[in-house]
Amino acid sequence: MTPPFPILIILVPLITAFFIPIIGWWRRDLCYPLVIAALSVSALSSVFILHLVGEGGTIHYYLGSWDPPWGIEYVIDHLNAFMAIIVSAISLIVALSSKRSVERELPQKVVYFYCLFLLQVTGLLGIVVTGDMFNLYVFLEIASLAGYALIAIGEDGAPFASFNYMIYGTIGACFYLLSVGYLYVVTGSLNMADLSRILPDLYHSKVVLMAFAFFIVGVGLKMALFPLHVWLPDAYTYAPSAVSALVAPLMTKVGAYVLIRIVFTVFKPSFSIELIPGTAILSWVGAIAILFGCILALGQTDLKRMLAYVLIAEVGYIALGVGLANKAGLTGAILHILNDALMMACLFLVVGAILYKVGLRNIHQFTYLHRKMPITMAAFTIAALSVIGIPPTCGFFSKWYLVLGAIDANQWLFAVVLLVSSLLNAILFFRVIENVYFEPANAHGDRGHEEISIDEAPLSMLIPILIVTAGILSLGVLSGKIISSVIQFAVPAGL
Amino acid sequence: MEVASSIRPMLAVSVSALAALLILFTGERRRNLRELWTILASVTKFSLVASMMPTVLAGKIIECTIIDFSPGIALQFRVDAFGFFFGTLASVLWIATSIYSIGYMRGLNEHAQTRYFFCFALALTGALGVAFAGNVLTLFIFYEILTIATFPLVAHRETPEAVRGGRKYLAYLLTGAALVFFSMGLTYTLTGSLDFAGGGFLRGRGSDNLLRLLFVTFLLGFGTKAAVMPIHEWLPTAMVAPTPVSALLHAVAVVKAGVFCVLRVVLYVFGPQLLSDLNLWLVLAYFASFTIIVSGMLALAQDNLKRRLAFSTINNLAIIIMGAALLSPSAIIGGIFHIAGHGFMKITLFFVAGAIYVKTHKENVSELDGIGRAMPITMGSFAIAAMGIAGTPPVVGFISKWYLCLGSLEAKEIVFMFVLLTSALLDIAYFFPIIYNSFFSKPQGWINSGVDEASWLMVVPLTACAVISVILGIAPDAFFRFFQVATLAARNIVGIG
Repeated sequence: MTPPFPILIILVPLITAFFIPIIGWWRRDLCYPLVIAALSVSALSSVFILHLVGEGGTIHYYLGSWDPPWGIEYVIDHLNAFMAIIVSAISLIVALSSKRSVERELPQKVVYFYCLFLLQVTGLLGIVVTGDMFNLYVFLEIASLAGYALIAIGEDGAPFASFNYMIYGTIGACFYLLSVGYLYVVTGSLNMADLSRILPDLYHSKVVLMAFAFFIVGVGLKMALFPLHVWLPDAYTYAPSAVSALVAPLMTKVGAYVLIRIVFTVFKPSFSIELIPGTAILSWVGAIAILFGCILALGQTDLKRMLAYVLIAEVGYIALGVGLANKAGLTGAILHILNDALMMACLFLVVGAILYKVGLRNIHQFTYLHRKMPITMAAFTIAALSVIGIPPTCGFFSKWYLVLGAIDANQWLFAVVLLVSSLLNAILFFRVIENVYFEPANAHGDRGHEEISIDEAPLSMLIPILIVTAGILSLGVLSGKIISSVIQFAVPAGL
Repeated sequence: MEVASSIRPMLAVSVSALAALLILFTGERRRNLRELWTILASVTKFSLVASMMPTVLAGKIIECTIIDFSPGIALQFRVDAFGFFFGTLASVLWIATSIYSIGYMRGLNEHAQTRYFFCFALALTGALGVAFAGNVLTLFIFYEILTIATFPLVAHRETPEAVRGGRKYLAYLLTGAALVFFSMGLTYTLTGSLDFAGGGFLRGRGSDNLLRLLFVTFLLGFGTKAAVMPIHEWLPTAMVAPTPVSALLHAVAVVKAGVFCVLRVVLYVFGPQLLSDLNLWLVLAYFASFTIIVSGMLALAQDNLKRRLAFSTINNLAIIIMGAALLSPSAIIGGIFHIAGHGFMKITLFFVAGAIYVKTHKENVSELDGIGRAMPITMGSFAIAAMGIAGTPPVVGFISKWYLCLGSLEAKEIVFMFVLLTSALLDIAYFFPIIYNSFFSKPQGWINSGVDEASWLMVVPLTACAVISVILGIAPDAFFRFFQVATLAARNIVGIG
């Protein structure tokens, strides 16, 4: 009998999401523990699944016992299990930290917030476990719709940003759906494994080419790949802090996962690399995204908006790694999905903690912050070093594989882009770190030390930050283990 | 070569990281306890390093693999003679600097002392990691830790000038690191390995021009930290840091780590054979000569004592690099030995500059007339160390210069001997006026107003370093067998290559 974990991962948060409005109507303070419980079940199931996949290979789960390609199939191989762990673990950590900031920022809407939060996580988890193209579309829309709503409950400007996001997101979804339709017309199948079997005979069909192009555009919009990123900065800046901390690390990464699936599983590498210059275009787009994101981030003084642009650059890293289409490059891209999820979660959680405690976002107002919130700022510094790519933090290791991939592919220009972006990131983050740690001497030369005392964020926010920071510090050194036990199986053979 | 497995290198590296955490959690309120951690860690670190001496002298390599990163690369420490040499130097001088730092920081009542000691301990972890690293990736990891840990020390004063100095420091070093990163990736792609091997491992692994390019990117990368001209600009600017930082980091740990890395690349990645095949050694030697002469001349023009010392450091770092570039056994011995010799002498000079600053708040050479009468022990040590730098026997500087001159004759390039001799003359020209004026010039008015020696916490370390410079000059093996280890390292490189 097939173990039920693949479906548990999704069902538990989905069903809980429906119960939350009812229970919240009765006792509002039960929402938070319920969310934590549901996400813990998901996270534990994902860990268990990864264990199963490691032992016995790919798991297939037939929904309602309908055999594929007629029924919906959930397929979990190493890449899926890896993504499921990232999504469920990060969302659990963000949920843990959300309690106080949601109570403060959205006092009237706690119940709806948690309901939408769970729906969003359900969508993201669904995307990473399903083996069916149309089912993926359904989950993509669940996640997106929940995302639009979550972002819209933010501060002034959020409804407009969310509307903007919705227009772009819907266009992306249309493109995705169109190409699913195209593929269905020519193959009669929606199952990924089935498609990848049937498609090679049809690689020269114009319809298939169109489908591929539409896929890339659709997914590119969802993962905010330059130049389809326009919706992202506003949306993530105006969203409530708990929402930014959830969507920033996960939504784009799940998009990147879909990209990898389509480019290397649904279509064979031979199609994406050789038949059309798909990956080559992707790598150039990625490289430009990296530079564009970093340079625009330089112009921001709002920390949250700056991070949004950094995120665009980070998406560029992953796209570049996928586009390099060799073993090292793809390893780097997949490793970067994990690392960047951690870094972005950490940074956005820190932003949330700063907003909660002192209500500041402008980096020029951060003076004395290291006295008030020493632990939070230490975490920020570590995450920043990781984004820059300073060893032994994890960001260095994914960059190492990306650079190796670029050199391997004989594309030295991309290696240069990666390194230049490190330097740009260094400027970006040290600008903030200077403001936080160095104190301007006043006219008399003394710095007014005594009156500022420690005023840290509450433990419920601090502990998640510390967990993620510990991850950033340790996963880098452990990256060899992660690659040898998981990622190397996720890289398609023949690269 | 025989390999002994031991956990000691890892302990030696991590003990100061542990101390850094203890320092951070102890904090400003219990400062005596905090300083105890620094002292304890420095002594423990030194004992751990020293305990490896018999094994290293027996010609064995101490290995300690912690975790595998990917095929062919691991986080690995391998203590060979050369790494041991640098590790001993850094850990010995850390003890001296720790004591001195306490005197200096308390004497000036500096702010943010916890951060200072925290970063200092972390920097030492970086330095020892660089010394013991078994492959380029491990080296790079600790190289970056060293860079980042030093940034808050450079910008310690937080004045606009200090912050600018810090930014410049980071801009230079991170750009250098990016170049190293690239070169490291290229090396790995070419060879599938990053492990150091005496005599190099790159030979025949790529076309000549590719290897030349790789050499240039490697050298520009590590050369920033070694302050090779024209990428030296950060070092004089970084002299805004507190003096113990300039002393240990900008005379020993950081810049010597840069030189150490350059030597590792020259001797253990490329190897003498490949360099002479590609004719790169001559280029490197001319490059170093240019730095030697120009920095010597620029030192003449500095009035700020620490800046003058900074240019003298640039000068001596280039001398060490030249030793490696000449590729002859004596030159390599001289170069490696000069790492220690210069370390002891230059740290003395910086300690003196700091002692003067703490007592008088004077930083400029032109204000020091007659100070030798008020602070005779301090200025006496200064005189010894300065003469040593210029290569006067019996101070240690003479021995390394002697071997370097021998080496340039062995390499049949007499030109470089003249470079060395000219630099010795320049050394005398920029140091002698200080010595002369401080002892024999008419004292300025403020000297008589009760200025005397600084606290013993500062005087003892600086005198000790000066005395050791003399002892090493008379009996190079008396102290930690520096000379023997240097010879061993050179033999290891040349013997295989």
